[in-house]
Amino acid sequence: MTTYIELDVERPRPVPATPNAGPPVQKPMRRRALSRADVNEYAIALAAGSHIALLLRFLLDWDDLLGTTLIALIAFIVIHHLIVRERTSSEVAIDKSVTTVMWTVGLAVVSVLLWMVAFVFLKGIKQLSWSFLKDDLAVVGPLDPGGGAFHAMVGTLEQVGIATVVVVPTALLTAVYLHEVRGRMAGLIRFIVDSLAALPSIIAGLLVYTLWSGYAGAHASLALFILAIPLVTRGAEEVLRTVPDGLREASLALGAPQWRMVMRVILPTAQSGLVTVTLLAIARMVGETAPVLLTASITKATNWDPLNDNQASLSTFVFDLIRQPNQAQIDRAWAGALLLLIIVLIIFVAARVALARSERKLGKR
Amino acid sequence: MHDSTIQELWEPAVEFIDPVTEPVARVGSEPSSLFATDISAWFGSRQVLDHCSLAMEANKVTALIGPSGCGKSTFLRILNRMHETIRGAKVAGSVVLDGVDIYGDVLGVTEVRLRIGMVFQKPNPFPSMSIRDNVLAGLKLSGKSRGDRDALVEQCLQRAGLWNEVKDRLGAGGMSLSGGQQQRLCIARSLAVSPRVLLMDEPCSALDPISTRVVEETVMELVKDVTVVIVTHNMQQAQRVSDECAFFLVDDQHGAGHIVEHGKTSKLFSTPNDQRTLDYVTGRFG
Repeated sequence: MTTYIELDVERPRPVPATPNAGPPVQKPMRRRALSRADVNEYAIALAAGSHIALLLRFLLDWDDLLGTTLIALIAFIVIHHLIVRERTSSEVAIDKSVTTVMWTVGLAVVSVLLWMVAFVFLKGIKQLSWSFLKDDLAVVGPLDPGGGAFHAMVGTLEQVGIATVVVVPTALLTAVYLHEVRGRMAGLIRFIVDSLAALPSIIAGLLVYTLWSGYAGAHASLALFILAIPLVTRGAEEVLRTVPDGLREASLALGAPQWRMVMRVILPTAQSGLVTVTLLAIARMVGETAPVLLTASITKATNWDPLNDNQASLSTFVFDLIRQPNQAQIDRAWAGALLLLIIVLIIFVAARVALARSERKLGKR
Repeated sequence: MHDSTIQELWEPAVEFIDPVTEPVARVGSEPSSLFATDISAWFGSRQVLDHCSLAMEANKVTALIGPSGCGKSTFLRILNRMHETIRGAKVAGSVVLDGVDIYGDVLGVTEVRLRIGMVFQKPNPFPSMSIRDNVLAGLKLSGKSRGDRDALVEQCLQRAGLWNEVKDRLGAGGMSLSGGQQQRLCIARSLAVSPRVLLMDEPCSALDPISTRVVEETVMELVKDVTVVIVTHNMQQAQRVSDECAFFLVDDQHGAGHIVEHGKTSKLFSTPNDQRTLDYVTGRFG
C-alpha cells in the first residue's frame, strides 16, 4: 500500500523584480591571519632579539650555535610581548605570546622530524637503486659493489604481515568484548592487556626465543603479535568509545542481536579510527629490532619460508650492517633505513586513500 | 439469555496467536493493542515507576505527558524491552501484545523489538550507511529478508513523508540530511521492519517548528497502520496528535512515578477528573 502525504507548506511567492537592483554584488571578505601591524611587530622583535643574542655571543665569546638560537628566541618572545603590551593591552599580549610559543614548539617538532627524514634520505639515496631492491647479499662480499635488501624486505613484509593478520581480528574481538559485551572478565582482561602494554619489547623476544628454539620468521611474528596486541586492543577500545550510544540503542530497537549490531553498525562507524590504530601498530612493528633479532636472527640470503631458518628484516639488516667497518656496508645500512621509511609511508598513504574513497561515497565531510 | 452456545462462551475473547509456530507471519498485517499492567521499574534500588497500568489501543495515538523525571520515558522503554539495556534496570508487571506477554518466555527480546519499534529523542541515523541502507538497516540487522527492496525503501520513505526530498539522492549519507529529515529517516527505518506498534520518545524535541509539524502529520498518517505511543513535553502537540492521553506524576510519598489519570485526550485537556491534571495541562504546574 502506498500512501502519499500531502504537505500544505506554503511556497514562498516570487518577489517582483524592482528597477533598483539593490546593492552591488558582494565578494567574500579575505581575512588575513596577520595584519600589517602584526608583521611589523614580529619583524622588530625578531631583529631586536637576534641582535641581542649576537651581541651576547661576541661579548661573552660563545661558540654554541644552539644556545645562541635559544637566547635569540627567548629575547624575541619577551620583546614581542613588551611591544604588543605597549600598543594594546596585557591580555592581548599574553594571548599573542602564547600563540608564538605554540607555533615555535610546533615548528621545532616538525623540523626535527623533517631533519631526521632528510638525514636518512641524504645518507641512503646514494645506494638506493633498482638492484638494491631486487638483489640480496647472498653472493656479495663486504667490499663488493651491488647487492641489496630484497631478502630483508621479504622478511619484514612476511613477519609484519603475518603478525597484522593475526593481531587485527584478535584485538578487535577483545576490544568488542571489553566495550560492547562488557562481560564479567572485562576487568581482568583489561588489566592483562595493560600489563602487556608495559612489557619491554626485548622481553617479548626473549619469551619466544626460550619457548621455541631455533630461528624463524614466524617466531618474530609471534613476538611482534605480543607487542602489538595491547596497542590495537586499547586503541580500538578508545575508538569504540567514540561511537555514540544512540546508534547502539537504535540498532537494538530495530531488533538486532548484539553481534549483528557490532558487525553492521558499530565497526563500520568506527572504521576510520580502527584503520588508524592498526596503522600505528604496523608502524611500530616494522621498526622493532631487538625481538626480531632474537627470534629470526640475521641472514644474507633470501628466505621465503617464514616457518624455517633465519630470516632477515629491514630493521635487523640496518642494525647488522651499520656496525660493519667498511663504508659499502654502512651505505647499504642507510639505504635500508630509507627503504624502511618509504615502506611505512606507502602503507600509510594507501590506507588513507582507501579510507577516503569509502567515506567519499557517503558524502561525509 | 442470548443465543450464545456453551461453545462460544468457551472461546477465548482474545485470539491467541502461537508465536512459536508463526513468529513473524502476522507482523505488519494489522495494528495491535498493547496492554501494560502493573508496571513498576527500578534503577538499582531506586523505584521510578509504581504500578502503572495502561491500555494503548490499536489505530490510536496514545500520548504520555507529565513533568520531567516522572518516568514516562522509562515506561515507554519498558514497552519494547529497551529499559533492560541499562545496567541495573529492573522491571515488574506485564506488557501484553496480541495475547502474548512480551516479558514471557515465548517471544525473544529481538522479536519483541521487531514488533514494537522505537524512535528516539535525538535523530540517530547510522553514519556509515546511505539513506537507502539506513531504511533497510532493520532488515539487515534482524536478519530478515524481503523481496523488493527498492519498493520497500520508497514505501517507507513515503510513509515517513521524506520521499520527495531524498528520492534523487538515496545513495547519500544519512548524516547529510537536516535534523528534521534525519528524524523522519529514523521513522522510515523503524517502519521498514513492519512493526505493529511504534514508540516515540519526544521525537520532536530537537526539531524546529516546521519539521515538528511534518513529523506530526506523519504520525497522524501512520496511525492508520500502526499503533503509536508518543512521549511529549509539548501540551499542544499532545492535543494535536493524540487520541488517548496518560498523565504521569511523581508520587510524593515513594518518589516513584505513577499514572494520575488517563483517558480521551479531549476530556483530559478540558474536564479532567484530577485537580493535578488540570493544573498541569493548563500550565499552572510543572
